[in-house]
Amino acid sequence: MKPNPTPTRRVPPRWLKPAVFALCLLPLALLAWRAVSGGLGANPIEAFIRHNGDWALRLLLLTLAVTPLRRLTGWTWPLRVRRMIGLFAFFYATLHLLGYVGLDQFFDWPAIGADILKRPYITIGMSAFALLVPLAATSTDAMLRRLGGRRWQRLHRLAYLAAGAGVLHFLWLVKADLREPLLYAAILLLLLGFRLVRFLRRVHGARHPA
Amino acid sequence: MLIKRPPDVLPSEITPESVYRRRRDFLRTAAVAGAGLLLPGLLSAPARAAKIEGVAPGPFGTDEEPTPYDAVTGYNNFYEFGTGKSDPAANAHSLRTRPWSVAVEGEVAKPGVYDIEDILKWFPLEERIYRLRCVEAWSMVIPWVGFPLAFLVKRVEPTSRAKFIQFVTLHDPEQMPGQKRPVLQWPYVEGLRMDEALHPLALLAVGLYGETLPNQNGAPIRLVVPWKYGFKSIKSIVGLRFVEGQPETSWNRAAAGEYGFYANVNPAVDHPRWSQARERRIGEFLKRDTLPFNGYAEQVAGLYGGMDLGKNF
Repeated sequence: MKPNPTPTRRVPPRWLKPAVFALCLLPLALLAWRAVSGGLGANPIEAFIRHNGDWALRLLLLTLAVTPLRRLTGWTWPLRVRRMIGLFAFFYATLHLLGYVGLDQFFDWPAIGADILKRPYITIGMSAFALLVPLAATSTDAMLRRLGGRRWQRLHRLAYLAAGAGVLHFLWLVKADLREPLLYAAILLLLLGFRLVRFLRRVHGARHPA
Repeated sequence: MLIKRPPDVLPSEITPESVYRRRRDFLRTAAVAGAGLLLPGLLSAPARAAKIEGVAPGPFGTDEEPTPYDAVTGYNNFYEFGTGKSDPAANAHSLRTRPWSVAVEGEVAKPGVYDIEDILKWFPLEERIYRLRCVEAWSMVIPWVGFPLAFLVKRVEPTSRAKFIQFVTLHDPEQMPGQKRPVLQWPYVEGLRMDEALHPLALLAVGLYGETLPNQNGAPIRLVVPWKYGFKSIKSIVGLRFVEGQPETSWNRAAAGEYGFYANVNPAVDHPRWSQARERRIGEFLKRDTLPFNGYAEQVAGLYGGMDLGKNF
């Protein structure tokens, strides 16, 4: 028997990927503009680290919004750009980490090691980055095939953990004004809560088939 | 024969300061106007405050290079105007610094509400170039204009019961928009032990860089305690309370494990969230070692003889 032909899908416009690529580069362009115009202020190293950390977290949360968005709207095009957004999140997280290691600590490895062991917000931040590494490494089609869809998907649920660690990292470093990290925490809880509700419904539905 | 070599720079060649400043102002205005054509409303020339006349150089100055004016006045922690470093410079224009009075209360022979103009007439002003070390591990060098806190303390004659002073900042959310949110418990309060307050290094500043103190730096009058972390140097003071017991302080109230009453700069005692061993001088790339008491140990270490500074941090 011949397999059914795949249902006709709406093909996303050809400009979608280049457009998202350009959008994801905007924070970098903004950073460059601030750097040449003096907009990084009196402590440019702190501003550099902060800017890249902010965008790593924002893009990571954006990747986690793709599935709920698809369920709610039926759109499929966000799926086509999720990997790219995720890789940009990793890109900004890498710049953020390099800023800390190279600019803030100037490769003072003993000091960095002490920081990781001693300070919970550094420990959790490093963990968040470490969790993103296998995701970036297995982001290619070849790796998806090698791992198999199910295992690949399970592995990529580490993104939930990475985002949680990223939000906690931000929360723990703020001295007094928690509004921004709490906003990210709320968004993350909403996105994970959506998945949890669906999961519970599925379990429930399986036990009591309609 | 005596061969006289002419000086490298003749007095007639030296540009008078006023001309030099006019030239800089012109360049700045031109640059800003040029940028302004491209980005209307985004940039504005930093308004400079009025020059303070008759300021003599004071003792304890450092010969380290002062941090540029724009960094000193554009990178501030002053949560009454917002928690971002550039918020105070952007928002502090709403603070009215005249009329202004300072209430002196508690264990003193001469309590009262004193007008800032009177206080300014009581003592000669001097310039003190001090290092400032923020608890967030950055530092600056700032040429303050002011007078020793001890002058004011002695003038109001504390009684023998006065062991500490609590300082109070203005509480007015209309003038200080950051106070509309409970980031800290308002008004901001700080405190010193009497011997610390009487130490000649402790300064009440009314200016910096020879000019009137900008609002974001704590106008019209603020404390400067250079051997302690910056949060101890309370800004925009409206009250001094002379008390018997150790007073409450804002940051200690918010997180006692992170901000002690003494807050002496100490590279050996870390803040729980960052090391205090090193610091970044604003404008420099590499960090430098933090010195005990911010480099003023010779003058102030004696105040803390017999105290465990790991506990009394």
